[in-house]
Amino acid sequence: MEKKKLTVSELKNIRQEFQEHLTVRAGVARARVIIHMGTCGIAAGAREILNAALKALEESQSKDVIVTTSSCAGLCSSEPMATVEIQHEPPVKYINLTEEKIRKIFKEHVLGGKIVKEYALATGSETTA
Amino acid sequence: MQIDKAKINEIILKHGKNKEDVIAMLLDYQSKFRYIPRDVIYTISKEVGVPVVKLLGVATFYRGFSLIPVGKCPISVCMGTACYVLGAPRLLEAFSRELNIDPGKTTKDGNFSLHTINCPGCCGLAPVITVGDEVIGKVTLAKVPRLIEKYHKLIEKGEWKKEE
Amino acid sequence: MAYRANVLICGGTGCVSGGSFAVKKALETEIEKRGLKNEIMVIATGCQGFCGEGPIVIVQPDGVLYCKVNVNDVPQLVEEHLLKGRPYKKKLYTSPVEKAPIPALKEIPFFAKQRLVVLRNRGLIDPEKIEDYIAVDGFAALAKCLTEMTPESIINEIKKSGLRGRGGGGFPTGIKWESCRKAAIHRNVEPVVICNADEGDPGAFMDRSTIECDPCAIIEGMTIGARAIGAKQGFVYIRQEYPLARERLAKALEQARSYGLLGDNILGTDFSFDIKIVQGAGAFVCGESTALMASLEGKVGEPRAKYIHTVEYGYENRPSCLNNVETWANVPPIILRGAEWFTSMGTGDVSENPWGGSKGTKVFSLAGNVNNTGLIEVPMGITLREIIFDIGGGIAKGKKFKAVQTGGPSGGFLPESCIDLPVDFDSLLEAGTMMGSGGMVVADEDTCMVDSAKFFVSFLMEESCGKCTPCREGLRSMYNILDAITKGKGKEEDIETLQEIGEVMMDCCLCALGSSAPNPVISTIRYFKDEYLEHIRNKKCPGKVCKAMIIYKINSELCNGCHACTKVCPSDAIIGKQKELHRIDVQKCIKCGACIDVCPQEAIYKE
Ligand SMILES: Cc1cc2nc3c(=O)[nH]c(=O)nc-3n(C[C@H](O)[C@H](O)[C@H](O)COP(=O)(O)O)c2cc1C
Ligand code: FES
Ligand code: FES
Repeated sequence: MEKKKLTVSELKNIRQEFQEHLTVRAGVARARVIIHMGTCGIAAGAREILNAALKALEESQSKDVIVTTSSCAGLCSSEPMATVEIQHEPPVKYINLTEEKIRKIFKEHVLGGKIVKEYALATGSETTA
Repeated sequence: MQIDKAKINEIILKHGKNKEDVIAMLLDYQSKFRYIPRDVIYTISKEVGVPVVKLLGVATFYRGFSLIPVGKCPISVCMGTACYVLGAPRLLEAFSRELNIDPGKTTKDGNFSLHTINCPGCCGLAPVITVGDEVIGKVTLAKVPRLIEKYHKLIEKGEWKKEE
Repeated sequence: MAYRANVLICGGTGCVSGGSFAVKKALETEIEKRGLKNEIMVIATGCQGFCGEGPIVIVQPDGVLYCKVNVNDVPQLVEEHLLKGRPYKKKLYTSPVEKAPIPALKEIPFFAKQRLVVLRNRGLIDPEKIEDYIAVDGFAALAKCLTEMTPESIINEIKKSGLRGRGGGGFPTGIKWESCRKAAIHRNVEPVVICNADEGDPGAFMDRSTIECDPCAIIEGMTIGARAIGAKQGFVYIRQEYPLARERLAKALEQARSYGLLGDNILGTDFSFDIKIVQGAGAFVCGESTALMASLEGKVGEPRAKYIHTVEYGYENRPSCLNNVETWANVPPIILRGAEWFTSMGTGDVSENPWGGSKGTKVFSLAGNVNNTGLIEVPMGITLREIIFDIGGGIAKGKKFKAVQTGGPSGGFLPESCIDLPVDFDSLLEAGTMMGSGGMVVADEDTCMVDSAKFFVSFLMEESCGKCTPCREGLRSMYNILDAITKGKGKEEDIETLQEIGEVMMDCCLCALGSSAPNPVISTIRYFKDEYLEHIRNKKCPGKVCKAMIIYKINSELCNGCHACTKVCPSDAIIGKQKELHRIDVQKCIKCGACIDVCPQEAIYKE
């Protein structure tokens, strides 16, 4: 995967281009489901959650939903965790997931737009300094 | 036990016969064959040009190497602080009792060996054990026999991935 | 002709199947009927992405969104909103966030008190995609360093920020870089930069998590450091126990190379640098700087005396700059946002004296008997109480707090009386422990302090490289004494002997493993002497841990004879028929504790 060696200005272009991928917007994606996969998360079963989410995505045939992985969300005691981001909404963090739960979340929140209260921890993002 | 000459040469070449990389070579061999046989030390010594005594020093200094084969399914109980506080010593005893071996030893059938590990970094899920590369969190005493049975079955069925 | 308003009706598949075309028709008819045809236009749009709530109607420019609109709603909607200009409440969309009474993340104590610098990208970016990192300003600091800054000004910025090493010692990073640069120039030898990802502290996982969540940040930090010092070669020494972190780092390195962010002529400049991953083989002492460098050279990881510093003669006798993972990860934001921003967090004043305070944030791995275990990043100077009780949510299972351990085997235990201590390098050191790399393990009332001290000593005894006598023999003697105390064979003068051995070790050991090894013992004696005396004089273990001093009993009022315990007892020590009171045979009982865990009545107790 040899790519072109970047220069400083090309770095900026990549930044702009990929910033769009990180925000949920019309055109790119309407919703992102982020499964938190650090060592802890995986030990707690995050891989199964990811598979279940991917399967749900496939079954739903939605084209505007992204299922992606990221790292540890920090709250190991409540792993596995996932974050659901819907366009125009603050992200919602779900905790103590099971395959069952993520399927329900996918159906009701990601596709249906309704937060699954029972499994949700909180909304919003963390405070960066 | 016969050593895999082709494999060891491949490993040595992969690391460019580099003296600095002997630890990496030994680690590669260990992770494939679960121990470092004497002949591997000799081969590396000859090929890379590091004295046997230095290599033996390395192989005995680091915890990551074993000079005798470890079990097909190595079980390590985390003895890190977090796990310790949450009862890891009792867990180790339980595994030792269930497997009928002391920590550091391998069962007669060569299936299991019992070790301690210093924190695979999953303290949030303490107490933690590792089985092969797998990390398992929140292990309770009651789960011990079930876990052993599960892996026993996997080995019997030949589905345990560490099997070479 | 300009329209006063647009009514957008979703024509996406979801809404169409919910009848949106019928709604559209109804809208058009109704608007015409009310004589608004020239003022209001009805437009069908593509999917609004809200299919679950469809059919969706949006009125622009008001930006009001209606959900689940059906034909019957139309007359009222038109009348209320389009004629009278007020929203039609019945189908008005309320954000699920408002509807659902779930709190905001910032209101949850676990997250509320954290400030993310090192972990700023956690959970946001995909660590296996370098483009994600670039999108969040990744490598912008490097670009700045290569185009706008000189090596000296980089070092100056780091010095001004007051950044101190996060690997335990808290050595000012800027000063380390400067001496390394000077040594390299002076000796005319190419220096190296090294990242310490050995994370030996058992009970800590900050560095693992940092690498797992943002490997590129470490690459960028090291590249900046290399630029400042003049290095072309870098190493990451990572523990064997962290396969996932290693894999992610390897991927990130590969991607960085393919973008020319590592390798020759980085970002089209004349600066070249690359990083190699070296795997440890499981030895705690290899976290120590000289031992680490010996191990990098493929040797046994034994420390050497440090009258010659590694910044001058380190790896292959070259000037070597070793920093911890978290230290490196702090570098890019400091460069990008400036030293002033960094010094706005933390304690003390570093403008004159680089040791004058603790700036920025610190990542801790919070574990043990707290409700919320996990990885946290807090501003320096936060109190232990805030960490344990607010962020950690207090002690698990309603037990009482007993002690908190920081600094791993080189640190110590702090009791409740120290709980309002601010967390910074100097306060912790004064209290007899140390910041360490960030392991924080909370112990509740069921923990025995003597046994805990013994635990650390036995850990260090195994991990001591054995090269110097005070460390090797000192630890063994300490262990023997502690072991005797926990077995009820302690003598009162033992405490003094322990302290004496400790003093000798602190003075005479070759490396910091040995000289800090007495800390767990000394700190427990300092704060929990009563507990030692209780073991020695009364042969009692207050935490009910030491097996020689406890027996298991069954409370006859609570036991309902459910047999749960008899099934798990490995030594058949529990006697009693089903539905009848059970009894433990003290002779047979091996005190494994399996029964306590399973008893639904909580009838089994230790005495
Ligand atoms: C026994 C021993 C173990 C150590 N283990 C680690 C470790 O695991 N990780 C680490 O970053 N530093 C460790 N250190 C500290 C390092 O020697 C060194 O001070 C540090 O990596 C320097 O980086 P910093 O200035 O960024 O903190 C250890 C020191 C000793 C004496
Ligand atoms: S790895 Fe994610 S919280 Fe532990
Ligand atoms: S202490 Fe056991 S996983 Fe860290």
